[in-house]
Amino acid sequence: MSAVADQTVSRNAAEGDADGRVLVRVRNLRKHFPITSGIVIQRQVGAVKAVDDISFDIFEGETLGLVGESGCGKSTTGRTVLQLYEPTSGSVQLRVDGELQELTEMKGEDLRRMRRRMQMIFQDPYASLNPRMSVGRIVSEPLRIHKTMERNEQEGYVEHLLERVGLNPYFVNRYPHEFSGGQRQRIGIARALALEPGFIVADEPISALDVSIQAQVVNLLEDLQEELNLTYLFIAHDLSMVRHICDRVAVMYLGKIVELAPANELYENPLHPYTQALLSAVPVPDPMREKRAQRIILTGDVPSPSNPPEGCNFNTRCPVRFGLCYDAPDPGLIEATPGHYVACHRVG
Amino acid sequence: MAVLMEVNNLVTRFYTQEGTVYAVNDISYELQEGETLGVVGESGSGKSVHSLSIMGLIPSPPGKVENGEVIFRGRDLLQLPPDQMRLVRGAEIAMIFQDPMTSLNPVLTIGSQITEALKLHMGMNNNQANERAAELLSLVGIPDAASRLNNYPHQFSGGMRQRVMIAMGLSCNPKLLIADEPTTALDVTIQAQIIDLVKRLREEFDMAIIWISHDLGVVAGIADRIIVMYAGTIVESGMVEEVFADTRHPYTLGLLQSLPRMDRRSQRLISIEGSPPDMRNPIDGCPFVDRCPVRIDRCSTETPVLEGVPEGHQDHMMACWVDVRELDIVAASEGAKQT
Repeated sequence: MSAVADQTVSRNAAEGDADGRVLVRVRNLRKHFPITSGIVIQRQVGAVKAVDDISFDIFEGETLGLVGESGCGKSTTGRTVLQLYEPTSGSVQLRVDGELQELTEMKGEDLRRMRRRMQMIFQDPYASLNPRMSVGRIVSEPLRIHKTMERNEQEGYVEHLLERVGLNPYFVNRYPHEFSGGQRQRIGIARALALEPGFIVADEPISALDVSIQAQVVNLLEDLQEELNLTYLFIAHDLSMVRHICDRVAVMYLGKIVELAPANELYENPLHPYTQALLSAVPVPDPMREKRAQRIILTGDVPSPSNPPEGCNFNTRCPVRFGLCYDAPDPGLIEATPGHYVACHRVG
Repeated sequence: MAVLMEVNNLVTRFYTQEGTVYAVNDISYELQEGETLGVVGESGSGKSVHSLSIMGLIPSPPGKVENGEVIFRGRDLLQLPPDQMRLVRGAEIAMIFQDPMTSLNPVLTIGSQITEALKLHMGMNNNQANERAAELLSLVGIPDAASRLNNYPHQFSGGMRQRVMIAMGLSCNPKLLIADEPTTALDVTIQAQIIDLVKRLREEFDMAIIWISHDLGVVAGIADRIIVMYAGTIVESGMVEEVFADTRHPYTLGLLQSLPRMDRRSQRLISIEGSPPDMRNPIDGCPFVDRCPVRIDRCSTETPVLEGVPEGHQDHMMACWVDVRELDIVAASEGAKQT
């Protein structure tokens, strides 16, 4: 695990397109949702800049964490990467048979064929399973849609999938309401695995689960990654879990990536003032450490993404802001140390 | 320090169409004046129902406080007639909830919601109440407080709404504040603001706090003493340092081990297998027995009682037949998985 992280340190996320290990390449991705006004004739009066010009690579076999507070655009990023939302601009490439292919230009059947290779695990295990479908039908639905398997083979395969995610195959004829939250999340994982994807976006897969169940699901995700050589984009707000599961971590604030680094590096040496505040705010289950903890308390709330501040968009809450943060255009990601990217005028 | 509240043998059940839910099963503890008590547990552990029982807010039917007493400053709250209980609620004991959006009335201004309690409990007139409300709002860190009294809840962000709730809770200088997952719906940076605020205010108001949470990290930071609940029972309690550093109950130990830590890189997480018991079945034996890696025969037949831990601090109690100090619980958890 740490060997992978070390290797990625020397890679440049912004360049190096000859790199054979990049599985997903995102460049200058934007997703703006229009704000319209008027009842009959709708005019666009503004835009929610949910994702605003972000670039990153995801390497084969790694887990890239995407963290940030609610409304920072992390879920929108995940969905736009998967083309569940049509991006406003920018590029998303996925490696297929050794070639990076542009997803944003694909439509219809071509795009649908790509979806086999990239799947999603959702946050809410209650809302993401159709209550009127049996577990067997839920897990086999991707097989029916993509017609990858004959009907008579499906049954055995579904049982195999259920076993693999730690559920009794005997459950295939049961319905979602008969399962607990953790078991439902396992069903969602089995469904995501049905088409043998290489890339999975996990959007807050454990945040709806109880503490004692979270570790079970995280261990399962890690085992599956090892067995099936999966690549994860792991979206979460639980920073302690992200450190545990991720090789590299990207921190988002108001639609932008403010820092991207290997997990250990980010947690031990955060460079962006937002990352520093975010990490210092996380409570640690240790009363002695908590007594000594020096918290950076940010003032105020996150500004609205429909009207982000001019200049650096963290300048309304930043404890170390200065003139440049208001006057200069927003700082881009620069490589502060090899593999450690940060977007702040204070750095470099 | 004097005892502020004593909970004795509290039992709360819900009689639903799908059967009886045994939500709180015979819990007892004491709360000192000015003390912050953390109550931790997972969903369904009875931590919220226990606090609603204290406040006399269990919806009845289907709920019923079956047994027990809550002695608060010399009176048993469970025996108080409704009109007298109303004088306690909001005045001597205040409560704040998890979701600040649903606990504020969307069609009333913030000002009218804060002043309601001031007029009712403190006998203030409109002007006095408005003045005090503005004071309270600035106390909880809302800028430009006087003009914001005329705003409605939707004009505040989540963190700000929780500040408003805290201001309402403090309005009558309560002796006890019950906070039920007050930061769970908030982002971590906002959570840090709120915890910081509560720590400051508890000094100023000299009140006791019952802080209910599923987050062991939050409780570690704010509580003096903690109670760990599982399946409607207290499985471990004690001074917060004792319980975290010298954990004795296998469930508490399992919870702590299954948490990844921000301050160090962990290897594989050690999870607690299985899921919490169905609360519709009365407890027979230890409620944790099915998931416990160190269970012995006795655990499935005899319910362990909460008593002082062997060779521990006098306040440190647990309900377990096994002394985990003699066992390698990590190896046991791994072994339990294999079989």
